[in-house]
Amino acid sequence: MTGIAAPGAGGVPSAGVQPAVAGPDGADQIDLPALEISGVWKSFGALQVLRGIDLTVAEHEVVCLIGSSGCGKSTLLRCINLLEPIDGGRIAVKGEEITAPGVNVNLIRRRIGIVFQSFNLFPHMSVLHNVTLAPRKAAGKSRVRAEAEATELLDRFGLADKRNEFPDRLSGGQQQRVAIVRALAMAPDLLLLDEITSALDPELVAEVLNVIRELARGGMTMVIATHEMGFARDIANRVCFLDGGSILEQGPPAEIFSHPREARTQQFLERIIEAGRL
Amino acid sequence: MSGFFGSGPLDTGDLIGLRASGPPPVRKRDGRAALKSTAIAAVSSVVVFGLLVAVVVNSPNWADVQAQFLNSRWFDYSLPEIFGAFAVNVQLFCIAEVLILVLALFLAVLRSLPGPVFFPLRLMATVYADVFRAIPGLLLITLLGFGIPGLGIAGIPVDPFPYAVIALTLVYSAYVSEVYRAGIESIHPSQEAAARSLGLTRIQALRYVIIPQAVRRVIPPLLNDFIGLQKDTILVSYIGVVEAFRESSIITAAKFNYTPLMALALIFLVVTIPLARLTDWLVGRDRRRFLANAR
Repeated sequence: MTGIAAPGAGGVPSAGVQPAVAGPDGADQIDLPALEISGVWKSFGALQVLRGIDLTVAEHEVVCLIGSSGCGKSTLLRCINLLEPIDGGRIAVKGEEITAPGVNVNLIRRRIGIVFQSFNLFPHMSVLHNVTLAPRKAAGKSRVRAEAEATELLDRFGLADKRNEFPDRLSGGQQQRVAIVRALAMAPDLLLLDEITSALDPELVAEVLNVIRELARGGMTMVIATHEMGFARDIANRVCFLDGGSILEQGPPAEIFSHPREARTQQFLERIIEAGRL
Repeated sequence: MSGFFGSGPLDTGDLIGLRASGPPPVRKRDGRAALKSTAIAAVSSVVVFGLLVAVVVNSPNWADVQAQFLNSRWFDYSLPEIFGAFAVNVQLFCIAEVLILVLALFLAVLRSLPGPVFFPLRLMATVYADVFRAIPGLLLITLLGFGIPGLGIAGIPVDPFPYAVIALTLVYSAYVSEVYRAGIESIHPSQEAAARSLGLTRIQALRYVIIPQAVRRVIPPLLNDFIGLQKDTILVSYIGVVEAFRESSIITAAKFNYTPLMALALIFLVVTIPLARLTDWLVGRDRRRFLANAR
């Protein structure tokens, strides 16, 4: 993925904490990575979950995070969305440091969508209300406009006829698609997907993955934590293998899945193959 | 059981004929069992309550007690009067209830604010809940009802009604805030995470996502507290509010007969039992839903 090398240009004046601070002047922004994570540490009590994660994601890039349960994939995504405060390091979105003290987390989160394993739809609201809540209340859009945009999105993902249903009337796959639409309704720069098919019955996985494929075709920048190796190989521009809270190995999917260099990666993939998931 | 076995050949025929007809024999057995248990319940109720009535009616002074407490003349005489005074209880209940619902929700939200910055607010709300749950309602009504007007501040009302409302609101909002808080804490943190991840502020997440779900969940316990409040409105008679209990006591004292108090008891029964039934029905419905979801 040569595209990732680009941020090096912006990052050269390494003396400054924020590379290319002059974000607003549009010309520079093209070179800025969609997401830049450097040296991120995070622990819960005595448990160190992230140990110095470095990861740069270019515009329109799809990065899959793989690794065994507890390796830190979900925590990393939650840190990027600022749902968890980090202990050390920095995270920047399009060159703007989001982990700096005093940033408005509510403004940052609007730009970063996240979809959870357990859907987390609001059970007391209809599908349409779920999707329009944030555009109306956080982004201040009018009801008419928010509903028009939501309807268009729901239609695009085959959910138009479900707009007035409540979440408990939908299948798991439909709920997860609504959750994706809800995140997309804020027109995020970056979409984080946290094992979004793990809670689904096997026959419902495909409909959700197809949505992600369509988003990837549309150029959405995504960071995806997943156990679906076939899907990762298919969709990712780059695969990162996390082990013990750091990225042990990364590269194009063909390379990671066919010729993993690290012994830990090989072991992990062998177990996955044994389980019939690749 | 023997009935079930007795109808065996028929059942087998059904089972062979159609797979879907499996359930009917079971339902038949259930129906018989239900009938049987209803019959047992009816018989035992008649026996128990019959015995109780027999004991009371055959007690040595039953005739006197009947004349003192169940006198139809004084019942007919006092019921309209008491019913008229009951309007004051209803008024008190309605005003206090609205204030309680609002104040208690505010207190519950204060207590659920996170972080060290809000510690003083959390502390205040906690102290409030502790203090007003500790002081008996009648005591607080008395202290406020006699104490505040006693200050003699110009323009302060002398009428006891406002102090009755305030005292009941203080006591019950402490309880109700705990109910709300339990509801708020019962909403899974992932709901807040989902709301915050979309860019909603903490207050917006509370307002649009957490509180609406929490309130739905605590409606049955809230109704329970309403029932308590309804009954406790008679406590304010102590500071001179002429409401239904005061009215019945006045008639009782004037006529040397306790029947007006029985009339008041009847009014409370008629008003409260439907609310109690509704509460039980809601609790049962929530339980059934919970079990259905857990399956």
